[in-house]
Amino acid sequence: MNQLLELYWTFVKLGCVTFGGGYAMLPILERELVDKRHWTTMDDLRDYFSIGQCTPGLIALNVSTFIGEKRKGVSGALAATVGFVTGPIIIILLIATCLTNFAHLPVVQHAFAGIRVCVCVLILQAVLRLWKKSVVDKTALVLYLAVFLLNAFSGVLPVRVPAALLVILAGAAGIVISSRRQAAKDQKKGGSGK
Amino acid sequence: MTLLRLIFEFAKTGLFSIGGGLATLPFLYEMSDKTGWFSHADIADMIAVSESTPGAIGINMSTYAGFKTAGLAGGILATLGLATPSIIIILIIARFLKSFRDNPLVEGAFFGLRPASIAMITAAGLNVAKVALVNLSAYAASGSLTDLFIPKAIVLAVVLFIAQRKLKWSPIFFIAISAAVGIVFQF
Repeated sequence: MNQLLELYWTFVKLGCVTFGGGYAMLPILERELVDKRHWTTMDDLRDYFSIGQCTPGLIALNVSTFIGEKRKGVSGALAATVGFVTGPIIIILLIATCLTNFAHLPVVQHAFAGIRVCVCVLILQAVLRLWKKSVVDKTALVLYLAVFLLNAFSGVLPVRVPAALLVILAGAAGIVISSRRQAAKDQKKGGSGK
Repeated sequence: MTLLRLIFEFAKTGLFSIGGGLATLPFLYEMSDKTGWFSHADIADMIAVSESTPGAIGINMSTYAGFKTAGLAGGILATLGLATPSIIIILIIARFLKSFRDNPLVEGAFFGLRPASIAMITAAGLNVAKVALVNLSAYAASGSLTDLFIPKAIVLAVVLFIAQRKLKWSPIFFIAISAAVGIVFQF
């Protein structure tokens, strides 16, 4: 029980100090979980991140579940993950309550109109940052454009393609394209081997 | 009933938004169109709040969206809904960790998933721009292109873009500055 509480509390603290989520958390988790508590190693932590990135769900939640599971099995996984969201839930609920009480004030409306401009720019920066790793060649660019058009103009299209379906189709397309490339490569190798 | 639907919609979001927090955006826009629980402007505000508070963006967004829709219980349940698929899937994967990551099928799927993910983030950015940078109703009323763009907002966007490239500050600072600019120049 004590161990579970410790796990929960550690992740409550981690949830309160990580801004932005994703890879921004890595150095904080390293200090707290590898250096201080020796609950995991840096190599394992990196593995958790790379797997957390390619499994459904948010990276932060996936990594919490991994570490909790490793410590204390299923109950540990629950303790860590619920711990991680505890702080953010409380903070956002406080902010949301304040916002709904003050949202009608002109000052608040002007402030948020300015903030929305900043949000546009932040999203653009995020896209630019991810671009190199994601749109690696022409085929990937075609996929990017197809998904973008289907998603951005879903209101104008006769049939609305749900985002979930786009995710599934893109994953399937990725598997087909990669296996074809692998097959072509194998054939070439076989040909030169003769 | 709304609460059940809230859990279901956010569990779906958790299941399909692969990767970082911004990947939840297309699902939030879809939810907004389908259910009317919150507006597109609300989503833009949620992003700002999430970028300025601790916790992963997706978690903050689900709490905020849930609260907007169904109060306190909504905020908590939406977030737990978002986390559920992660917990279940990772518990399964944790048993055969290495073989999962090195699987060529998983690697192949990611060749398609990565561009798809940022394509949908780009579309979400466009949705924010529609609220923040252009005035569609003024344009529809007058039909002149000069009414379409909000000049103050465009100038701020360009300045912010350059500043963010040069200065590696945390987003919170830029959000705070933008809020101040919004108040001073009456956005």
